[in-house]
Amino acid sequence: MYSDDYLYTKEHEWVRVENGEATLGITHHAQEELGEIVFVELPEVGKVLAAGDTLGSVESVKAVSDVYAPVSGEVIAANDLLADKPELVNQEPHSGGWIARIRLSDKSELDGLMSADDYEAYLGEEKKH
Amino acid sequence: MTQRVRKTISINESLLFEQVPGNRSTCDFPPLDVPSGEMADYVPRELLRDDIPGFPELNEVEVVRHFTRLSTHNYHVDLGLYPLGSCTMKYNPKINEKLARIPAFAQAHPLQLHENTQGCLKVLQKLADLLVKITGMDGVTLQPLAGAHGELTGMMLIRAALTARGNPRKKVLIPDSAHGTNPASAVLCGYTTVTLKSNASGCIDLDELRRHLDPDVACLMMTVPNTLGVFEENIQEVARLVHANGSFLYMDGANFNAFIGVARPGDMGVDVMHLNLHKTFSTPHGGGGPGAGPVVVVKELVPFLPMPVVSTKTDGSLFLDYNRPQSIGRVAAFYGNFGILLRALAYILREGSDGLRQVAENAVLNANYIRHHLSRDFHLEYRQPTLHEVVFDDKNQADAGVHTMDMAKRLLDLGFHPPTVYFPLIVPGAIMIEPTESESRAELDAFIDTMRQIAQEARESPKLLQDAPQDIRSTRFDEALAARKPVLIWKETGQA
Repeated sequence: MYSDDYLYTKEHEWVRVENGEATLGITHHAQEELGEIVFVELPEVGKVLAAGDTLGSVESVKAVSDVYAPVSGEVIAANDLLADKPELVNQEPHSGGWIARIRLSDKSELDGLMSADDYEAYLGEEKKH
Repeated sequence: MTQRVRKTISINESLLFEQVPGNRSTCDFPPLDVPSGEMADYVPRELLRDDIPGFPELNEVEVVRHFTRLSTHNYHVDLGLYPLGSCTMKYNPKINEKLARIPAFAQAHPLQLHENTQGCLKVLQKLADLLVKITGMDGVTLQPLAGAHGELTGMMLIRAALTARGNPRKKVLIPDSAHGTNPASAVLCGYTTVTLKSNASGCIDLDELRRHLDPDVACLMMTVPNTLGVFEENIQEVARLVHANGSFLYMDGANFNAFIGVARPGDMGVDVMHLNLHKTFSTPHGGGGPGAGPVVVVKELVPFLPMPVVSTKTDGSLFLDYNRPQSIGRVAAFYGNFGILLRALAYILREGSDGLRQVAENAVLNANYIRHHLSRDFHLEYRQPTLHEVVFDDKNQADAGVHTMDMAKRLLDLGFHPPTVYFPLIVPGAIMIEPTESESRAELDAFIDTMRQIAQEARESPKLLQDAPQDIRSTRFDEALAARKPVLIWKETGQA
């Protein structure tokens, strides 16, 4: 379920880094918890975010949930397909349901994110508690 | 079990557009006393709407029956328990309505001369004084028209006071157990928000708070008791830390029903608080209310309150004082929802201070009665004592494939309005029950029996819940489709 090529956050976002660019979305677990997604608020391209800033939000029939920037940098792309097909976040959370792409300004921030194994262990912890 | 809600008319009511077409208008216009002409001669073309094809023309009795039939589809607090957590859906005593219908109040015009509206001004002043007294604060504005409007007003007051001090600052801290409108109000007022994670007991984590308090923090917005129904036991220390940082402490008063008459926010160090009159003070709630969200404040914020305010002249008469140079201005037309303010005053005067204390005590007792009797069947994530509401979740039922929404829909079949579901977000699958003080033990017992029946059904016949509701006019809607592809106007092509 959780690919080793991705990094993960405690807020249930995933990040895939290629050539200094981080593509991100919400994890399978997050979409499952939220239920059917009805709207995704995308970030503006060109916006500069610090890690932890609110990047957008995901709205389901149950709740609205903020999406946080896992890393700092400039937003270079947003997944406009989600405007008409927010359900992609449910169907393909780790691929077609990506939310934004950020040009990393500080690669060392990646060290603070979780590996797939760590994330699965974290999910196990959350479940217990 | 007796059917609690009678299905008076079990047919679905069609839209007015779907009624048999025909020209049955019975509206007679008086003869024209001006020359007749074409609409386009008087109204700019770009403002003219095209004809609406199929626009229904019905006579008076057809329209009356349509809306009367629709009204029987409604569930309301006059029909039964309405345990919507965090909403305080208490009974609205009929004496409130009786007083609000007194012609001298109901027909007063906001532009009448002060000399002729002394009674109305007295109502506003009296309510203002009582709200200040009940909350232990120094001043109040009655203008805001809803809770979230009160929040925004409160944030504007904080911004004005900080600006007067020299720096409006940038951030607002909000615990993850706060009401969902809090971040929106802060952002609308130009602040960025920072979420504070609750500690294991669902309260503010003092270390987390200390870490986040820096010179950019304008205020901490907290809901007390929080959305778990837990009272912030460290509130005085929280206030001390916030004030030492030069920040303000905002209390979301939506849950004031839990401690009204027992404790005063002003004594806890709160600087600003909005009150939802449509929750704690028994004015109508739901269906558009209308609401009222007065904001009480400490001395430093009084000069910035919206204007006008009711003041007393030297001869003892009342007037509307616009001479408020530091005021943030108006936040509503005229003086707020006067008829609602009047109802709240009637409620406070009828209850008196002993009565208000009893309101809180009974609200807490009722919630804990439900908590006690349901905690064997439903999982309780946070186990510490709670006040006016209790938050269960669906962990005990999830293995059977039954989730919170299934149980909420089943409650509809069994004649109850469901509790708040999937909120607060810090409890996955939350079932948030707030019975209020209005309910008798018999009503609470009926609800408890029904919830336990549902828990049993979840064990024995989960499909019954997954397919619910079946016994009311509509079965389960596709809420996701409705939100993704909403159809907001009637279309003939939409018919089968």
